[in-house]
Amino acid sequence: MLSFILKRVLYMVPTLIGMSLVSFFIIQLPPGDFLTSLISAIADSGQSLDSATVAALTAQYGLDQPFYVQYWKWISGILFRGDFGWSFDWGQPVSKLIWDRMGITLFVSTLSLILIWAVALPIGIYSAVKRYSIGDHIFTLLGFIGLAIPTFIMALVLMYVSYKFLGQSVGGLFSPEYQDAPWSWAKLWDLCLHLWIPIVVIATNSTAALIRVMRANLSDELNKPYVVTARAKGLSEFTLIMRYPVRIALNPFISTIGWVLPALISGVTITAIVLNLPMAGPLLLRALVSQDMYLAGAFILLMSVLTLVGMLISDILLAVLDPRIRLQ
Amino acid sequence: MTTDLPTTAPTVLEVRSLSVEFALRGGTFTAARDVGFKLQAGRTLCLVGESGSGKSVTARAMMQLIDAPGRIARGNIMLGGAGAPVDIATLNPRGEAIRAIRGRRIGMIFQEPMSSLSPVHTIGAQIVEVLRLHLKMDAKQARARTIELLRQVEIPDPERNIDRYTFEFSGGMRQRAMIAMALACNPQVLIADEPTTALDVTTQAEVLDLISRMQRELGMAMLLITHDMGVVAEVADDVAVMYRGKIVEAGPVDEVFHNARHPYTRRLLSSVLKLERTSELKQAPAAAAAEPILSVRDLGKVYQPRKSLLSRTPKVAVKAVDGVSFDLMAGESLGIVGESGSGKTTLGRLILRIVEPTDGAVTYRPQSGAPIDVRGLDKQGLRNLHQQVRLIFQDPFASLNPRMTVRQIIADPLVVNRIASGAALEARVSELLGMVGLDPAVMERYPHAFSGGQRQRIGIARALALNPRILIADEATSALDVSIRSQMLDLLLELQQRLGLSFLFISHDIGVVRYFCDRVAVMRRGKIVEIGAAETICTAPEHPYTKALISAVPHPDPRHKRMRTRTHLDA
Repeated sequence: MLSFILKRVLYMVPTLIGMSLVSFFIIQLPPGDFLTSLISAIADSGQSLDSATVAALTAQYGLDQPFYVQYWKWISGILFRGDFGWSFDWGQPVSKLIWDRMGITLFVSTLSLILIWAVALPIGIYSAVKRYSIGDHIFTLLGFIGLAIPTFIMALVLMYVSYKFLGQSVGGLFSPEYQDAPWSWAKLWDLCLHLWIPIVVIATNSTAALIRVMRANLSDELNKPYVVTARAKGLSEFTLIMRYPVRIALNPFISTIGWVLPALISGVTITAIVLNLPMAGPLLLRALVSQDMYLAGAFILLMSVLTLVGMLISDILLAVLDPRIRLQ
Repeated sequence: MTTDLPTTAPTVLEVRSLSVEFALRGGTFTAARDVGFKLQAGRTLCLVGESGSGKSVTARAMMQLIDAPGRIARGNIMLGGAGAPVDIATLNPRGEAIRAIRGRRIGMIFQEPMSSLSPVHTIGAQIVEVLRLHLKMDAKQARARTIELLRQVEIPDPERNIDRYTFEFSGGMRQRAMIAMALACNPQVLIADEPTTALDVTTQAEVLDLISRMQRELGMAMLLITHDMGVVAEVADDVAVMYRGKIVEAGPVDEVFHNARHPYTRRLLSSVLKLERTSELKQAPAAAAAEPILSVRDLGKVYQPRKSLLSRTPKVAVKAVDGVSFDLMAGESLGIVGESGSGKTTLGRLILRIVEPTDGAVTYRPQSGAPIDVRGLDKQGLRNLHQQVRLIFQDPFASLNPRMTVRQIIADPLVVNRIASGAALEARVSELLGMVGLDPAVMERYPHAFSGGQRQRIGIARALALNPRILIADEATSALDVSIRSQMLDLLLELQQRLGLSFLFISHDIGVVRYFCDRVAVMRRGKIVEIGAAETICTAPEHPYTKALISAVPHPDPRHKRMRTRTHLDA
């Protein structure tokens, strides 16, 4: 098992190198660089930058040097000094900007993931076991509605409900009075009051999808001969379903962790904008629009790392769950 | 011997006029109708029939294991023994009463030892579960008892094997584990549903030995479901023959085999006995002067292990086929027999270079022109070869594209090789369908509209489309019922004589090979251990492995049981 994990981690190294190269290449792709947009912005405001300053800035960021030199400057800074570069747009180091956002993003995403699993698993199992029953049809209908509603509309509706009927301030993660207050029980409660909207909005879509996945997986497994064997042993229906087919139907479920993590971060951008959440999505969008290359690059890189970590987690979980993978 | 037991042994389970119905959209389908039989302690009843005869449904009904929409419509299943008799037919399939019977008083063994055991639980865990459930043992007791059970079913090193998974076991070992599971609580009744169908003949003989020994030791009543008359003759005390959901004949085994009354039983027996000797359709093989049409010399395939950076144990190369040499004469049928993993299928693929050989040579002699070195052929050359040497596949369901009509399927090789089109194509397809005994009018239909036997005929027609000279048939009749099997072999024999075909007939079934082939090569672990005339190999084999193999084949005559006196091969 240990060698399996070690092997997986080692395999991640070349993938990571490749991903960092691609991330850097992508942020270099648009014509021009940050400096050109800075110059045009200054020109727009009626001033002009003298060529000496431009040359100095160019040299400072190595913008005139070939791709691999720029790449090396960037990646060695990250690796050896934890320095993700400078955000031209915000006038701050990138590392200062992203960690807050990443932390909140991970927090909200993890909570959503837990909610998704807690809801989707039991419903999926119920739907598969009682296939074509009234309950299954109701859940299927709800699932399709959940899939079909655009997240931003759902966010708007929930905000309206929360404001109109529950009398809460909405948007953001805290009410204004707690925004800069030190942590207290009252602040935590305030956070909970705000948190449920984004979590429900983010979770709905994935929950609906995962119910369908679980229902399909389990329906296949329920007809397998080993289920009949278990029944012939005299096990009760509930025990045998949980112990045998559900256990095997979980495999594809767990494989999805790999892409659920990054999807939660980049996929909820619209929700985060609507709800004014200090999450990574809006920042990434803004960085891309303003060609803030180091900030954008840092996000793309971190998301790739998250994808890989997600894959690693799901691989390890799969190996724990399925001896066929472990002993290969 | 179980046969010496008095027929007045106590009845453990009695089935009376049982009917099982499936509610379908267009009415009800009766899978079993008015079925009745008795199971007596220490005796074995074989329920025999072809696929779809309702024998498995009957077996499952006895444990209330029928899946919806099936249900027991009428009848009683009286389980006697300790206490008042219980009518299983009236129990709720989800209820506690039936659960206390399943696994405790009635044990069941299933056909597919791979898919019938969970792949993600250890063998031990799956047996321990039964003991804890019914006998309320604690974890330690249950484990000790499981090791004991595994030892009883002759699984080597049970202390270690208890913690292994099914995929680490061979088919025979899995079936042994399954038997241990079924017998864990010393049930009164053992139901075995085709327990050896998925196993090789030597493994089948061992598993059948084991089952009958355990049955004798525990004094169980046994119901054995099988389609194989040979197995019936070897193990049954009584026989019930099922046909279209009904028991058409029942009685002691000797009576049924030697004095069958129902025409279906007689037909079934005659098609089984037919495969016990060389076909009457077979003419004397062509004179020895005949040229070999295909020569194989020292053919080999080595699978190199994948190099791994981190694994400490070096993996060994697998020799799937190892130095195989033979000649196939023009107009001859050469059988390749062997058990699973012997390399016989790989051999067939190496000859066509579907799998690339690593050693040796294959030489094909076309009708005119110089002999062709198959291994030196380029893409186009290989294409030409594939027109003259063609494959027939095992699975008639998987080898036909369900989205193509019969016409498209049969015409495909002609279209791909740009040999015919339009009216000529149509005419050729009709001709081919006629040749394999199908009405040309069916060509617009899709494969799902045909039975297994008919599908195999379509597969044969497709193989014949390009006028091949050699057909490589890989287990071409294995998936078919015995009565259809002999029809199919007769068809192939007739086609062989009409079209002057040569056959390389790969099979695990000795009976089929003896019926069909002139010569037989026996393969084991990638090598040919013996090659010779079919009759000689089947009656007087020389190699010890061939002896063990032949003697393990069940003999469809209860008066001459072969397995009891079979030769064992030591390591």
